[in-house]
Amino acid sequence: MKDLSVGELGMVYELPKGGSVEALQNVSFDLRAGRLLTLLGPSGCGKTTLLNIIAGFLAPTSGSVTLGGDSITGPGQERGMVFQQGALFEWQTVSQNVAFGPRMNRKKRSETETLVRDLLSTVGLQGFGDKAVYELSGGMQQRVALARCLANDPEVILMDEPLGALDALTREKMQGLILKLWQETGKTIILVTHSVEEALYLGDRLFVMAPRPGRIEREYELPFAKEGLDVDPRAMKASPEFIAKREELLSLIWEMEEQIMGHEGAMS
Amino acid sequence: MTVLSRFRPAGRNRSAGARKTVTFGDASEVKGSPSWSVASLIFLFFVWWWIKRGPDPMINDRTFPSLRQSWDAFFELVDIGYRRVGLWDHTWASLWRVLKGLIYGVVVGVPVGFAMGLSNRLRGIFDPVVELLRPVPPLALLPLFIVWFGIGEGSKVNLLFFAAVWIMVIAARAGVLGVHGSKVHAAYSLGASRWQILRYVILPNALPDIFTGMRVALGVCWGTLVAAELTGTTTGLGAMIFAASKFFRMDIVVVSIIIIGVIGVAMDLVMRFLERRLIPWRGKG
Ligand SMILES: Nc1ncnc2c1ncn2[C@@H]1O[C@H](COP(=O)(O)OP(=O)(O)O)[C@@H](O)[C@H]1O
Ligand SMILES: [Mg+2]
Repeated sequence: MKDLSVGELGMVYELPKGGSVEALQNVSFDLRAGRLLTLLGPSGCGKTTLLNIIAGFLAPTSGSVTLGGDSITGPGQERGMVFQQGALFEWQTVSQNVAFGPRMNRKKRSETETLVRDLLSTVGLQGFGDKAVYELSGGMQQRVALARCLANDPEVILMDEPLGALDALTREKMQGLILKLWQETGKTIILVTHSVEEALYLGDRLFVMAPRPGRIEREYELPFAKEGLDVDPRAMKASPEFIAKREELLSLIWEMEEQIMGHEGAMS
Repeated sequence: MTVLSRFRPAGRNRSAGARKTVTFGDASEVKGSPSWSVASLIFLFFVWWWIKRGPDPMINDRTFPSLRQSWDAFFELVDIGYRRVGLWDHTWASLWRVLKGLIYGVVVGVPVGFAMGLSNRLRGIFDPVVELLRPVPPLALLPLFIVWFGIGEGSKVNLLFFAAVWIMVIAARAGVLGVHGSKVHAAYSLGASRWQILRYVILPNALPDIFTGMRVALGVCWGTLVAAELTGTTTGLGAMIFAASKFFRMDIVVVSIIIIGVIGVAMDLVMRFLERRLIPWRGKG
Protein backbone atom coordinates (compact mmCIF):
# COMPACT_ATOMS: atom_id res chain seq x y z
CA MET A 1 0.00 0.00 0.00
CA LYS A 2 1.41 3.34 -1.02
CA ASP A 3 0.71 6.81 0.32
CA LEU A 4 0.18 9.72 -2.02
CA SER A 5 1.97 12.98 -1.42
CA VAL A 6 1.23 16.21 -3.24
CA GLY A 7 3.74 18.98 -2.61
CA GLU A 8 3.30 22.67 -3.37
CA LEU A 9 1.67 22.01 -6.68
CA GLY A 10 1.28 24.94 -9.04
CA MET A 11 -0.22 24.91 -12.51
CA VAL A 12 -0.35 27.84 -14.88
CA TYR A 13 -1.98 27.47 -18.29
CA GLU A 14 -0.58 29.84 -20.88
CA LEU A 15 -3.42 30.94 -23.12
CA PRO A 16 -2.79 30.93 -26.86
CA LYS A 17 -3.98 34.54 -27.16
CA GLY A 18 -1.64 35.67 -24.41
CA GLY A 19 -2.27 35.85 -20.70
CA SER A 20 -2.47 32.90 -18.37
CA VAL A 21 -4.74 31.09 -15.94
CA GLU A 22 -3.50 29.99 -12.56
CA ALA A 23 -5.41 26.71 -12.30
CA LEU A 24 -3.62 25.57 -9.13
CA GLN A 25 -1.62 27.48 -6.55
CA ASN A 26 0.42 25.88 -3.82
CA VAL A 27 -1.69 22.76 -3.39
CA SER A 28 -0.22 20.40 -0.82
CA PHE A 29 -1.60 17.38 0.98
CA ASP A 30 -0.72 13.85 2.03
CA LEU A 31 -3.18 11.07 1.50
CA ARG A 32 -2.59 7.84 3.33
CA ALA A 33 -3.29 4.62 1.47
CA GLY A 34 -6.85 3.41 1.69
CA ARG A 35 -8.57 6.75 2.18
CA LEU A 36 -11.37 8.18 0.11
CA LEU A 37 -10.88 11.84 -0.65
CA THR A 38 -13.64 13.86 -2.28
CA LEU A 39 -12.94 17.15 -4.04
CA LEU A 40 -15.76 19.67 -4.10
CA GLY A 41 -15.82 23.11 -5.64
CA PRO A 42 -17.28 25.32 -8.35
CA SER A 43 -16.20 24.69 -11.94
CA GLY A 44 -12.89 26.16 -12.85
CA CYS A 45 -11.27 25.66 -9.47
CA GLY A 46 -8.77 23.16 -10.82
CA LYS A 47 -10.26 19.82 -9.79
CA THR A 48 -9.75 18.19 -13.18
CA THR A 49 -6.30 19.75 -13.46
CA LEU A 50 -5.30 18.29 -10.08
CA LEU A 51 -6.59 14.86 -11.03
CA ASN A 52 -4.82 14.96 -14.40
CA ILE A 53 -1.54 15.84 -12.74
CA ILE A 54 -1.87 12.93 -10.29
CA ALA A 55 -2.83 10.64 -13.17
CA GLY A 56 0.29 11.81 -15.00
CA PHE A 57 -1.47 13.28 -18.04
CA LEU A 58 -0.23 16.78 -17.20
CA ALA A 59 3.09 17.97 -15.84
CA PRO A 60 2.68 20.65 -13.15
CA THR A 61 4.34 24.03 -13.57
CA SER A 62 5.82 23.64 -10.09
CA GLY A 63 5.74 21.17 -7.23
CA SER A 64 5.64 17.42 -7.28
CA VAL A 65 3.47 14.37 -6.73
CA THR A 66 4.82 11.13 -5.33
CA LEU A 67 3.17 7.76 -4.81
CA GLY A 68 4.93 5.55 -2.30
CA GLY A 69 7.96 7.80 -2.58
CA ASP A 70 8.27 7.53 -6.37
CA SER A 71 7.61 10.72 -8.23
CA ILE A 72 4.99 10.71 -10.93
CA THR A 73 6.15 11.68 -14.40
CA GLY A 74 3.54 10.08 -16.65
CA PRO A 75 0.49 7.85 -16.70
CA GLY A 76 0.83 4.45 -15.08
CA GLN A 77 -1.38 1.57 -14.18
CA GLU A 78 -0.92 1.94 -10.44
CA ARG A 79 -3.18 4.99 -10.89
CA GLY A 80 -6.49 4.04 -12.52
CA MET A 81 -8.89 6.60 -13.92
CA VAL A 82 -12.68 6.69 -14.21
CA PHE A 83 -14.08 9.46 -16.40
CA GLN A 84 -17.52 11.00 -16.44
CA GLN A 85 -18.41 9.33 -19.71
CA GLY A 86 -17.16 8.53 -23.19
CA ALA A 87 -14.01 6.70 -22.14
CA LEU A 88 -15.26 3.15 -22.73
CA PHE A 89 -14.27 1.51 -26.00
CA GLU A 90 -17.51 1.26 -27.94
CA TRP A 91 -15.98 -1.20 -30.44
CA GLN A 92 -15.54 -3.76 -27.66
CA THR A 93 -18.00 -5.76 -25.62
CA VAL A 94 -18.40 -5.23 -21.89
CA SER A 95 -16.03 -8.13 -21.14
CA GLN A 96 -13.43 -6.93 -23.61
CA ASN A 97 -13.50 -3.49 -22.02
CA VAL A 98 -12.94 -4.95 -18.57
CA ALA A 99 -10.20 -7.23 -19.92
CA PHE A 100 -8.37 -4.36 -21.64
CA GLY A 101 -5.77 -3.77 -18.93
CA PRO A 102 -4.80 -7.43 -18.38
CA ARG A 103 -4.71 -7.91 -22.14
CA MET A 104 -2.32 -4.97 -22.60
CA ASN A 105 -0.16 -6.60 -19.93
CA ARG A 106 -0.30 -9.95 -21.75
CA LYS A 107 -1.83 -11.75 -18.81
CA LYS A 108 -2.93 -15.35 -19.26
CA ARG A 109 -6.22 -15.59 -21.07
CA SER A 110 -7.84 -18.04 -18.68
CA GLU A 111 -6.89 -15.99 -15.64
CA THR A 112 -8.24 -12.85 -17.27
CA GLU A 113 -11.54 -14.56 -18.05
CA THR A 114 -12.03 -15.55 -14.42
CA LEU A 115 -11.04 -12.09 -13.26
CA VAL A 116 -13.47 -10.42 -15.65
CA ARG A 117 -16.32 -12.68 -14.54
CA ASP A 118 -15.60 -11.91 -10.88
CA LEU A 119 -15.38 -8.17 -11.48
CA LEU A 120 -18.60 -8.09 -13.47
CA SER A 121 -20.46 -9.73 -10.63
CA THR A 122 -18.79 -7.38 -8.13
CA VAL A 123 -20.21 -4.37 -9.96
CA GLY A 124 -23.57 -6.07 -10.53
CA LEU A 125 -23.22 -6.78 -14.24
CA GLN A 126 -23.19 -10.58 -14.29
CA GLY A 127 -24.65 -11.80 -17.57
CA PHE A 128 -23.89 -8.56 -19.41
CA GLY A 129 -20.39 -9.54 -20.56
CA ASP A 130 -21.27 -10.08 -24.21
CA LYS A 131 -23.30 -6.92 -24.62
CA ALA A 132 -21.98 -3.96 -26.55
CA VAL A 133 -21.26 -1.08 -24.18
CA TYR A 134 -23.54 1.28 -26.11
CA GLU A 135 -26.47 -1.03 -25.36
CA LEU A 136 -26.11 -0.27 -21.65
CA SER A 137 -27.61 2.60 -19.67
CA GLY A 138 -25.37 5.37 -18.36
CA GLY A 139 -25.24 3.86 -14.90
CA MET A 140 -24.28 0.44 -16.21
CA GLN A 141 -21.58 2.01 -18.38
CA GLN A 142 -20.04 3.55 -15.27
CA ARG A 143 -20.13 0.12 -13.65
CA VAL A 144 -18.11 -1.17 -16.61
CA ALA A 145 -15.67 1.72 -16.21
CA LEU A 146 -15.21 0.83 -12.52
CA ALA A 147 -14.66 -2.84 -13.31
CA ARG A 148 -12.19 -2.00 -16.09
CA CYS A 149 -10.24 0.17 -13.70
CA LEU A 150 -10.20 -2.50 -10.97
CA ALA A 151 -8.98 -5.18 -13.38
CA ASN A 152 -5.45 -3.79 -13.18
CA ASP A 153 -5.54 -3.67 -9.37
CA PRO A 154 -4.34 -0.04 -9.13
CA GLU A 155 -3.08 1.56 -5.92
CA VAL A 156 -5.10 4.71 -6.46
CA ILE A 157 -8.36 5.25 -8.33
CA LEU A 158 -9.04 8.73 -9.65
CA MET A 159 -12.61 9.61 -10.56
CA ASP A 160 -13.53 12.84 -12.32
CA GLU A 161 -17.25 13.44 -11.72
CA PRO A 162 -17.95 9.74 -12.32
CA LEU A 163 -21.65 10.09 -11.50
CA GLY A 164 -22.13 13.55 -12.98
CA ALA A 165 -24.09 12.38 -16.02
CA LEU A 166 -26.50 10.10 -14.15
CA ASP A 167 -30.04 10.69 -12.96
CA ALA A 168 -30.60 11.15 -9.23
CA LEU A 169 -31.81 7.63 -8.51
CA THR A 170 -29.06 5.84 -10.42
CA ARG A 171 -26.64 8.18 -8.78
CA GLU A 172 -27.63 7.08 -5.28
CA LYS A 173 -27.24 3.44 -6.22
CA MET A 174 -23.83 4.08 -7.72
CA GLN A 175 -22.72 5.93 -4.60
CA GLY A 176 -23.50 2.76 -2.68
CA LEU A 177 -21.44 0.74 -5.15
CA ILE A 178 -18.45 3.06 -4.85
CA LEU A 179 -18.60 2.83 -1.06
CA LYS A 180 -18.82 -0.94 -1.26
CA LEU A 181 -15.84 -1.18 -3.61
CA TRP A 182 -13.84 1.15 -1.41
CA GLN A 183 -14.55 -0.84 1.73
CA GLU A 184 -13.98 -4.22 0.08
CA THR A 185 -10.81 -3.38 -1.80
CA GLY A 186 -9.31 -0.81 0.56
CA LYS A 187 -8.09 1.25 -2.39
CA THR A 188 -7.14 4.87 -2.20
CA ILE A 189 -9.77 6.87 -4.07
CA ILE A 190 -9.91 10.52 -5.08
CA LEU A 191 -13.34 11.49 -6.35
CA VAL A 192 -14.37 14.82 -7.86
CA THR A 193 -17.99 15.86 -7.55
CA HIS A 194 -20.29 18.84 -7.90
CA SER A 195 -22.76 17.48 -5.43
CA VAL A 196 -22.37 18.54 -1.82
CA GLU A 197 -24.36 15.55 -0.63
CA GLU A 198 -22.22 13.14 -2.62
CA ALA A 199 -18.98 14.70 -1.37
CA LEU A 200 -20.18 14.36 2.23
CA TYR A 201 -21.58 10.87 1.89
CA LEU A 202 -18.61 9.33 0.07
CA GLY A 203 -15.70 11.33 1.42
CA ASP A 204 -13.80 10.05 4.39
CA ARG A 205 -11.83 13.19 3.75
CA LEU A 206 -13.14 16.22 1.89
CA PHE A 207 -11.47 19.25 0.31
CA VAL A 208 -13.48 22.28 -0.67
CA MET A 209 -11.59 23.99 -3.48
CA ALA A 210 -11.81 27.62 -4.55
CA PRO A 211 -10.98 29.19 -7.92
CA ARG A 212 -8.69 31.98 -9.13
CA PRO A 213 -6.24 30.73 -8.27
CA GLY A 214 -7.35 27.13 -7.78
CA ARG A 215 -6.57 26.11 -4.21
CA ILE A 216 -7.77 24.07 -1.25
CA GLU A 217 -10.06 26.37 0.71
CA ARG A 218 -11.01 24.05 3.57
CA GLU A 219 -10.48 20.47 4.71
CA TYR A 220 -12.82 18.13 6.54
CA GLU A 221 -12.53 14.72 8.16
CA LEU A 222 -15.87 12.97 7.85
CA PRO A 223 -17.48 10.00 9.60
CA PHE A 224 -20.22 9.19 7.09
CA ALA A 225 -18.42 7.05 4.53
CA LYS A 226 -17.13 4.61 7.15
CA GLU A 227 -20.63 3.96 8.45
CA GLY A 228 -22.24 4.41 5.09
CA LEU A 229 -22.85 0.80 4.24
CA ASP A 230 -24.14 -0.31 7.62
CA VAL A 231 -26.97 2.19 7.81
CA ASP A 232 -29.65 3.15 5.35
CA PRO A 233 -28.21 5.85 3.07
CA ARG A 234 -31.43 7.89 3.09
CA ALA A 235 -31.53 7.81 6.87
CA MET A 236 -27.92 8.86 7.06
CA LYS A 237 -28.44 11.74 4.64
CA ALA A 238 -31.44 12.84 6.73
CA SER A 239 -29.57 12.69 10.05
CA PRO A 240 -28.99 15.99 11.91
CA GLU A 241 -25.19 15.60 11.73
CA PHE A 242 -25.29 15.15 7.98
CA ILE A 243 -27.68 18.04 7.45
CA ALA A 244 -25.61 20.35 9.64
CA LYS A 245 -22.48 19.57 7.61
CA ARG A 246 -24.40 19.94 4.36
CA GLU A 247 -25.66 23.40 5.31
CA GLU A 248 -22.20 24.44 6.46
CA LEU A 249 -20.69 23.42 3.14
CA LEU A 250 -23.48 24.98 1.12
CA SER A 251 -23.09 28.35 2.81
CA LEU A 252 -19.32 28.17 2.32
CA ILE A 253 -19.81 27.49 -1.37
CA TRP A 254 -22.44 30.22 -1.68
CA GLU A 255 -20.01 32.66 -0.14
CA MET A 256 -17.42 31.66 -2.70
CA GLU A 257 -19.90 32.03 -5.55
CA GLU A 258 -20.80 35.52 -4.33
CA GLN A 259 -17.14 36.49 -4.31
CA ILE A 260 -16.69 35.15 -7.83
CA MET A 261 -19.76 36.98 -9.08
CA GLY A 262 -18.62 40.17 -7.38
CA HIS A 263 -15.19 39.74 -8.91
CA GLU A 264 -16.65 39.24 -12.36
CA GLY A 265 -19.02 42.16 -11.89
CA ALA A 266 -16.07 44.40 -11.08
CA MET A 267 -14.27 43.27 -14.22
CA SER A 268 -17.11 43.90 -16.64
CA MET B 1 -49.06 -8.61 -39.01
CA THR B 2 -49.57 -10.16 -42.38
CA VAL B 3 -46.73 -10.81 -44.74
CA LEU B 4 -48.06 -8.11 -47.02
CA SER B 5 -48.07 -5.43 -44.36
CA ARG B 6 -44.31 -5.61 -44.21
CA PHE B 7 -44.20 -4.27 -47.72
CA ARG B 8 -46.54 -1.40 -47.09
CA PRO B 9 -44.82 1.93 -47.60
CA ALA B 10 -43.35 3.21 -44.34
CA GLY B 11 -45.31 6.44 -44.54
CA ARG B 12 -48.61 4.77 -43.80
CA ASN B 13 -47.66 2.70 -40.83
CA ARG B 14 -45.00 4.50 -38.92
CA SER B 15 -47.11 6.77 -36.77
CA ALA B 16 -49.37 3.94 -35.63
CA GLY B 17 -48.01 4.13 -32.06
CA ALA B 18 -47.57 7.83 -31.45
CA ARG B 19 -48.96 10.34 -33.89
CA LYS B 20 -46.69 13.34 -34.04
CA THR B 21 -48.33 16.66 -34.75
CA VAL B 22 -45.04 18.29 -35.75
CA THR B 23 -43.38 16.51 -38.66
CA PHE B 24 -42.23 19.38 -40.87
CA GLY B 25 -38.58 19.94 -39.95
CA ASP B 26 -38.35 16.68 -38.01
CA ALA B 27 -35.50 14.80 -39.67
CA SER B 28 -36.55 11.47 -38.16
CA GLU B 29 -39.84 11.70 -40.05
CA VAL B 30 -38.20 12.09 -43.47
CA LYS B 31 -37.32 8.59 -44.61
CA GLY B 32 -38.23 8.80 -48.29
CA SER B 33 -41.11 7.00 -49.92
CA PRO B 34 -40.56 3.85 -51.99
CA SER B 35 -43.83 4.27 -53.86
CA TRP B 36 -42.94 7.77 -54.96
CA SER B 37 -39.50 6.53 -56.02
CA VAL B 38 -41.09 3.88 -58.23
CA ALA B 39 -43.42 6.52 -59.65
CA SER B 40 -40.48 8.81 -60.33
CA LEU B 41 -38.63 6.04 -62.21
CA ILE B 42 -41.71 5.30 -64.29
CA PHE B 43 -42.06 9.00 -65.04
CA LEU B 44 -38.43 9.08 -66.22
CA PHE B 45 -39.11 6.30 -68.73
CA PHE B 46 -42.28 8.08 -69.74
CA VAL B 47 -40.33 11.30 -70.52
CA TRP B 48 -37.91 9.25 -72.58
CA TRP B 49 -40.76 7.68 -74.55
CA TRP B 50 -42.54 11.05 -74.90
CA ILE B 51 -39.47 12.84 -76.32
CA LYS B 52 -39.09 10.03 -78.85
CA ARG B 53 -42.62 10.33 -80.20
CA GLY B 54 -42.26 14.11 -80.76
CA PRO B 55 -41.96 15.56 -84.28
CA ASP B 56 -38.39 16.94 -83.92
CA PRO B 57 -36.41 15.51 -86.92
CA MET B 58 -33.16 15.75 -84.97
CA ILE B 59 -34.49 13.13 -82.60
CA ASN B 60 -34.39 9.96 -84.63
CA ASP B 61 -33.39 6.39 -83.92
CA ARG B 62 -29.77 7.14 -84.76
CA THR B 63 -29.25 10.10 -82.40
CA PHE B 64 -31.68 9.13 -79.68
CA PRO B 65 -32.34 5.42 -79.29
CA SER B 66 -35.77 4.35 -78.21
CA LEU B 67 -36.52 2.30 -75.13
CA ARG B 68 -37.05 -0.68 -77.38
CA GLN B 69 -33.70 -0.23 -79.16
CA SER B 70 -31.87 0.09 -75.87
CA TRP B 71 -33.62 -2.98 -74.50
CA ASP B 72 -32.55 -4.94 -77.59
CA ALA B 73 -29.02 -3.53 -77.36
CA PHE B 74 -28.81 -4.70 -73.76
CA PHE B 75 -29.68 -8.27 -74.73
CA GLU B 76 -27.33 -8.09 -77.68
CA LEU B 77 -24.61 -7.15 -75.21
CA VAL B 78 -25.59 -9.90 -72.81
CA ASP B 79 -25.74 -12.51 -75.58
CA ILE B 80 -22.76 -11.75 -77.77
CA GLY B 81 -20.94 -8.91 -76.02
CA TYR B 82 -19.35 -6.00 -77.79
CA ARG B 83 -16.36 -6.31 -80.14
CA ARG B 84 -15.79 -9.93 -79.19
CA VAL B 85 -15.69 -9.14 -75.49
CA GLY B 86 -18.62 -10.20 -73.33
CA LEU B 87 -20.58 -7.61 -71.34
CA TRP B 88 -19.57 -9.28 -68.11
CA ASP B 89 -15.89 -9.08 -69.11
CA HIS B 90 -16.21 -5.37 -69.87
CA THR B 91 -17.92 -4.81 -66.54
CA TRP B 92 -15.42 -6.90 -64.63
CA ALA B 93 -12.49 -5.12 -66.31
CA SER B 94 -13.87 -1.80 -65.07
CA LEU B 95 -14.68 -3.10 -61.60
CA TRP B 96 -11.26 -4.64 -61.20
CA ARG B 97 -9.50 -1.39 -62.14
CA VAL B 98 -11.60 0.58 -59.68
CA LEU B 99 -11.01 -2.00 -56.98
CA LYS B 100 -7.25 -1.96 -57.53
CA GLY B 101 -7.15 1.84 -57.52
CA LEU B 102 -9.17 1.90 -54.32
CA ILE B 103 -7.06 -0.74 -52.56
CA TYR B 104 -3.81 1.06 -53.40
CA GLY B 105 -5.42 4.30 -52.28
CA VAL B 106 -6.36 2.76 -48.93
CA VAL B 107 -3.00 1.04 -48.44
CA VAL B 108 -1.10 4.28 -49.01
CA GLY B 109 -3.64 6.83 -47.83
CA VAL B 110 -4.52 5.39 -44.42
CA PRO B 111 -0.94 5.25 -43.07
CA VAL B 112 -0.22 8.73 -44.42
CA GLY B 113 -3.44 10.04 -42.84
CA PHE B 114 -2.51 8.37 -39.54
CA ALA B 115 0.98 9.86 -39.66
CA MET B 116 -0.55 13.29 -40.28
CA GLY B 117 -2.89 12.87 -37.35
CA LEU B 118 -0.19 11.70 -34.95
CA SER B 119 2.96 13.71 -35.57
CA ASN B 120 3.58 17.43 -36.01
CA ARG B 121 6.62 16.79 -38.16
CA LEU B 122 4.88 14.36 -40.51
CA ARG B 123 1.85 16.64 -40.65
CA GLY B 124 4.19 19.43 -41.71
CA ILE B 125 5.88 17.28 -44.33
CA PHE B 126 2.72 15.91 -45.91
CA ASP B 127 0.52 18.99 -45.67
CA PRO B 128 1.83 20.80 -48.79
CA VAL B 129 1.73 17.63 -50.90
CA VAL B 130 -1.81 16.77 -49.86
CA GLU B 131 -3.21 20.28 -50.03
CA LEU B 132 -1.66 20.99 -53.45
CA LEU B 133 -2.59 17.73 -55.14
CA ARG B 134 -5.99 17.15 -53.57
CA PRO B 135 -7.87 19.76 -55.64
CA VAL B 136 -6.30 18.58 -58.94
CA PRO B 137 -8.88 16.72 -61.04
CA PRO B 138 -7.38 13.27 -61.69
CA LEU B 139 -7.99 13.50 -65.43
CA ALA B 140 -5.62 16.49 -65.67
CA LEU B 141 -2.87 14.00 -64.88
CA LEU B 142 -3.82 11.46 -67.54
CA PRO B 143 -1.33 12.75 -70.17
CA LEU B 144 1.51 12.56 -67.66
CA PHE B 145 0.45 9.17 -66.38
CA ILE B 146 0.27 7.77 -69.90
CA VAL B 147 3.87 8.88 -70.49
CA TRP B 148 5.04 7.55 -67.12
CA PHE B 149 3.08 4.33 -66.72
CA GLY B 150 2.27 3.41 -70.31
CA ILE B 151 -0.99 3.68 -72.18
CA GLY B 152 -2.36 0.38 -70.83
CA GLU B 153 -3.39 -0.73 -67.35
CA GLY B 154 -0.62 1.18 -65.56
CA SER B 155 -1.88 4.67 -66.27
CA LYS B 156 -5.50 3.75 -65.53
CA VAL B 157 -4.94 2.12 -62.17
CA ASN B 158 -2.55 4.90 -61.16
CA LEU B 159 -5.13 7.49 -62.10
CA LEU B 160 -7.76 5.77 -59.96
CA PHE B 161 -5.22 5.47 -57.16
CA PHE B 162 -4.68 9.22 -57.46
CA ALA B 163 -8.42 9.80 -57.28
CA ALA B 164 -8.74 7.66 -54.14
CA VAL B 165 -5.63 8.40 -52.15
CA TRP B 166 -6.32 11.99 -51.02
CA ILE B 167 -9.80 11.11 -49.93
CA MET B 168 -8.36 8.27 -47.83
CA VAL B 169 -5.67 10.52 -46.35
CA ILE B 170 -8.22 13.09 -45.23
CA ALA B 171 -10.60 10.43 -43.91
CA ALA B 172 -7.92 8.61 -41.91
CA ARG B 173 -6.59 11.87 -40.51
CA ALA B 174 -10.08 12.90 -39.43
CA GLY B 175 -10.52 9.50 -37.80
CA VAL B 176 -7.34 9.90 -35.77
CA LEU B 177 -8.11 13.47 -34.75
CA GLY B 178 -11.62 12.44 -33.76
CA VAL B 179 -10.47 10.14 -30.97
CA HIS B 180 -11.73 11.31 -27.60
CA GLY B 181 -8.83 12.32 -25.34
CA SER B 182 -10.29 10.42 -22.41
CA LYS B 183 -10.15 7.13 -24.36
CA VAL B 184 -6.44 7.55 -24.99
CA HIS B 185 -5.87 8.60 -21.39
CA ALA B 186 -7.85 5.63 -20.09
CA ALA B 187 -5.79 3.28 -22.24
CA TYR B 188 -2.50 4.73 -20.97
CA SER B 189 -3.70 4.36 -17.38
CA LEU B 190 -4.54 0.73 -18.13
CA GLY B 191 -0.95 0.09 -19.09
CA ALA B 192 -1.11 0.30 -22.89
CA SER B 193 2.05 1.14 -24.81
CA ARG B 194 2.07 3.64 -27.68
CA TRP B 195 1.87 0.83 -30.17
CA GLN B 196 -1.04 -0.76 -28.31
CA ILE B 197 -2.84 2.59 -28.20
CA LEU B 198 -2.46 2.88 -31.95
CA ARG B 199 -3.61 -0.67 -32.57
CA TYR B 200 -6.40 -1.02 -29.99
CA VAL B 201 -7.72 2.53 -29.57
CA ILE B 202 -6.86 4.86 -32.43
CA LEU B 203 -7.36 2.37 -35.26
CA PRO B 204 -10.79 1.06 -34.22
CA ASN B 205 -11.84 4.59 -33.36
CA ALA B 206 -10.88 5.72 -36.88
CA LEU B 207 -12.51 2.81 -38.71
CA PRO B 208 -15.91 4.48 -39.21
CA ASP B 209 -14.24 7.49 -40.82
CA ILE B 210 -12.00 5.27 -42.92
CA PHE B 211 -15.02 3.37 -44.12
CA THR B 212 -16.86 6.54 -45.05
CA GLY B 213 -13.75 7.60 -46.96
CA MET B 214 -13.77 4.30 -48.84
CA ARG B 215 -17.39 4.78 -49.81
CA VAL B 216 -16.72 8.27 -51.13
CA ALA B 217 -13.52 7.17 -52.89
CA LEU B 218 -15.27 4.25 -54.52
CA GLY B 219 -17.87 6.61 -55.98
CA VAL B 220 -15.27 9.08 -57.21
CA CYS B 221 -13.15 6.30 -58.77
CA TRP B 222 -16.15 4.86 -60.54
CA GLY B 223 -16.89 8.31 -61.94
CA THR B 224 -13.29 8.85 -63.07
CA LEU B 225 -13.05 5.43 -64.63
CA VAL B 226 -15.05 5.99 -67.81
CA ALA B 227 -12.78 8.85 -68.80
CA ALA B 228 -9.70 6.85 -67.89
CA GLU B 229 -10.78 4.11 -70.28
CA LEU B 230 -10.96 6.62 -73.10
CA THR B 231 -7.69 5.39 -74.56
CA GLY B 232 -5.36 2.46 -74.48
CA THR B 233 -7.80 -0.34 -73.84
CA THR B 234 -10.47 -2.36 -75.55
CA THR B 235 -12.09 -3.58 -72.35
CA GLY B 236 -14.17 -1.78 -69.77
CA LEU B 237 -17.48 0.02 -69.81
CA GLY B 238 -15.77 3.32 -70.71
CA ALA B 239 -13.94 1.75 -73.62
CA MET B 240 -17.22 0.25 -74.75
CA ILE B 241 -18.86 3.68 -74.78
CA PHE B 242 -16.11 5.27 -76.82
CA ALA B 243 -15.91 2.41 -79.31
CA ALA B 244 -19.67 2.43 -79.72
CA SER B 245 -19.73 6.18 -80.26
CA LYS B 246 -17.23 5.83 -83.10
CA PHE B 247 -19.69 3.53 -84.87
CA PHE B 248 -22.59 5.72 -83.81
CA ARG B 249 -24.17 2.96 -81.77
CA MET B 250 -26.00 5.32 -79.42
CA ASP B 251 -28.14 2.46 -78.16
CA ILE B 252 -25.02 0.79 -76.76
CA VAL B 253 -23.86 4.12 -75.30
CA VAL B 254 -27.18 4.55 -73.51
CA VAL B 255 -27.17 1.01 -72.15
CA SER B 256 -23.60 1.43 -70.90
CA ILE B 257 -24.54 4.63 -69.11
CA ILE B 258 -27.43 2.90 -67.39
CA ILE B 259 -25.20 -0.02 -66.39
CA ILE B 260 -22.61 2.38 -64.95
CA GLY B 261 -25.32 4.11 -62.92
CA VAL B 262 -26.83 0.88 -61.64
CA ILE B 263 -23.44 -0.55 -60.65
CA GLY B 264 -22.62 2.70 -58.85
CA VAL B 265 -25.78 2.38 -56.79
CA ALA B 266 -25.14 -1.32 -56.14
CA MET B 267 -21.60 -0.67 -54.93
CA ASP B 268 -22.84 1.93 -52.48
CA LEU B 269 -25.47 -0.47 -51.17
CA VAL B 270 -22.83 -3.15 -50.68
CA MET B 271 -20.61 -0.69 -48.81
CA ARG B 272 -23.48 0.34 -46.56
CA PHE B 273 -24.27 -3.29 -45.85
CA LEU B 274 -20.63 -4.02 -45.00
CA GLU B 275 -20.50 -0.93 -42.83
CA ARG B 276 -23.46 -2.10 -40.77
CA ARG B 277 -21.97 -5.55 -40.41
CA LEU B 278 -18.35 -4.63 -39.76
CA ILE B 279 -18.72 -1.38 -37.81
CA PRO B 280 -21.87 -1.66 -35.72
CA TRP B 281 -20.45 0.80 -33.19
CA ARG B 282 -20.44 3.69 -35.68
CA GLY B 283 -21.84 6.85 -34.07
CA LYS B 284 -22.26 5.15 -30.68
CA GLY B 285 -19.15 6.55 -28.96
N1 LIG C 1 -5.95 23.18 -21.41
C1 LIG C 1 -6.25 24.34 -20.80
N2 LIG C 1 -5.80 25.52 -21.31
C2 LIG C 1 -6.08 26.69 -20.69
N3 LIG C 1 -6.80 26.80 -19.58
C3 LIG C 1 -7.27 25.68 -19.00
C4 LIG C 1 -7.02 24.38 -19.59
N4 LIG C 1 -7.61 23.45 -18.83
C5 LIG C 1 -8.20 24.12 -17.81
N5 LIG C 1 -8.00 25.44 -17.91
C6 LIG C 1 -8.46 26.47 -16.97
O1 LIG C 1 -7.97 26.14 -15.70
C7 LIG C 1 -8.95 26.34 -14.72
C8 LIG C 1 -9.22 25.05 -13.97
O2 LIG C 1 -9.83 24.13 -14.87
P1 LIG C 1 -10.28 22.66 -14.43
O3 LIG C 1 -9.12 21.97 -13.80
O4 LIG C 1 -10.89 22.01 -15.60
O5 LIG C 1 -11.37 22.99 -13.32
P2 LIG C 1 -12.58 22.09 -12.79
O6 LIG C 1 -12.35 20.69 -13.19
O7 LIG C 1 -12.55 22.32 -11.32
O8 LIG C 1 -13.82 22.66 -13.38
C9 LIG C 1 -10.17 26.90 -15.42
O9 LIG C 1 -10.16 28.30 -15.29
C10 LIG C 1 -9.97 26.50 -16.84
O10 LIG C 1 -10.54 27.44 -17.70
MG1 LIG D 1 -13.65 19.34 -14.31
